[in-house]
Amino acid sequence: MPRSDTLTIRESRGGLGGAVAATLRRDLILMLRRRSEIMNPLVFFALVITLFPLGISPEPALLTTIAPGLLWVAALLATLLSLDSLFRADYDDGSLEQLLLAPQPLPALVLAKVAVHWLMTGLPLALMSPLLGLMLGLPGGSYLILAISLALGSASLSLIGAIGAALTVGLSRGGVLLSLLVLPLYIPVLIFGAGAVQAAILGDGAAAHLAILGALLSLALMLAPWGIAAALRISING
Amino acid sequence: MWAFIHKLGSPKWFYGISARMQPWFWIAAVLLIAVGSVWGLAFAPADYQQGNSFRIIYVHVPAAFLAQSIFVGLAVSGLVFLVWKIKVADMAAAVMAPLGAAMTFIALFSGAVWGVPTWGTWWMWDARLTSMLILLFLYLGVIALRGAFSSRDSGSRAASVLAMVGVINIPIIKYSVDWWYTLHQPASFTLTSRPSMPVDMWWPLLLMVLGFYCFFIALTLMRTRNEILRREASKRWVRDLAREEG
Repeated sequence: MPRSDTLTIRESRGGLGGAVAATLRRDLILMLRRRSEIMNPLVFFALVITLFPLGISPEPALLTTIAPGLLWVAALLATLLSLDSLFRADYDDGSLEQLLLAPQPLPALVLAKVAVHWLMTGLPLALMSPLLGLMLGLPGGSYLILAISLALGSASLSLIGAIGAALTVGLSRGGVLLSLLVLPLYIPVLIFGAGAVQAAILGDGAAAHLAILGALLSLALMLAPWGIAAALRISING
Repeated sequence: MWAFIHKLGSPKWFYGISARMQPWFWIAAVLLIAVGSVWGLAFAPADYQQGNSFRIIYVHVPAAFLAQSIFVGLAVSGLVFLVWKIKVADMAAAVMAPLGAAMTFIALFSGAVWGVPTWGTWWMWDARLTSMLILLFLYLGVIALRGAFSSRDSGSRAASVLAMVGVINIPIIKYSVDWWYTLHQPASFTLTSRPSMPVDMWWPLLLMVLGFYCFFIALTLMRTRNEILRREASKRWVRDLAREEG
């Protein structure tokens, strides 16, 4: 076996890609071990949708009219509820500080965490939404648009919401405050998400709405990681 | 330039310079608002469609202007505070936020009162009303976040970040709400149908807007001075000041 006598200084194993992959893997494993946390937003989503026919009217025509907005608002609230746990456990056990101390740039690592949040919250919500749409009497043909708009939109929701979650993670009772901070910022996504479904029902092309949702997502992807990173540093150092 | 910024960063220097600037802004505010409101309320001609009810514009528009400018002011102060660690900027932001929320509320309330004679209803989900309401929520969020931290420094920095995030979002919210409005509701009532404003109505409005800005600057200076005294109460120069003034 050849041996070199000189010491070589090596980069820490893996570099940026390795660190992001490790964060992704760790968060995915953690989430998969707490299945109930994945289920809770879904159950909440279904429950809220169930409340509306009971509270308003079971009339199919009325339900069809308000279904896009109902589905979107309920999905938005379900995402909001899941946000508080995004950094909470890591903050409590100190692994968030390790993330901040890592030599890799924090925005990239944070992006991995948000991606896992979307995979475990936004995507399941989007996949479940056609079923609830069916129950509310959405016309056929709008299901795909509903699922796509929710999948695209909830990614923005996760990114924007993560800023709020990062700002409030150090507070003992951040829950209500979190919704106060995050909900006004969610409004554009809600408008275009529900608009896409509405357009699909009316038979207009939903492509324009989906394109704007995509634009909002790319803007959020570009800017939000920096905001989340700055917010986390404030919460940890303070 | 840099020397100026460094001086601005010193609360003591700011306390001195603001004492000299403050009276001028108060005088200007009182004069402008007095002239503007008397002119606008008593001498400007009544609108041929809305009659005298249009005179609410002399409170409504300046308040709405300020509501939006103050949020930008919050974000700029936040940026200055985060980048250069200038404490005075944060003190100003802390006192500006409630003022901005109050102006937003005044704009909304006067708009609602104005809505009764012109639209026949207190509230419409009109694009401008809706985006002002969202602005009010953004203000409340910034104020609540600052208050939620037990350490003042963390609260200041968190509020600064939120103000900057909010200011990026305000145009997006505004345009999406505008688009939502045109998509959902055909404009059943428009404010734009009124004739372009005659000069007699426009001048008092300009005076009122300028007066409101001067009032805002004067009040911010005054409240920032109080905030400086409160936060720097343990500093030597403040104690000397307290001893001199008795």
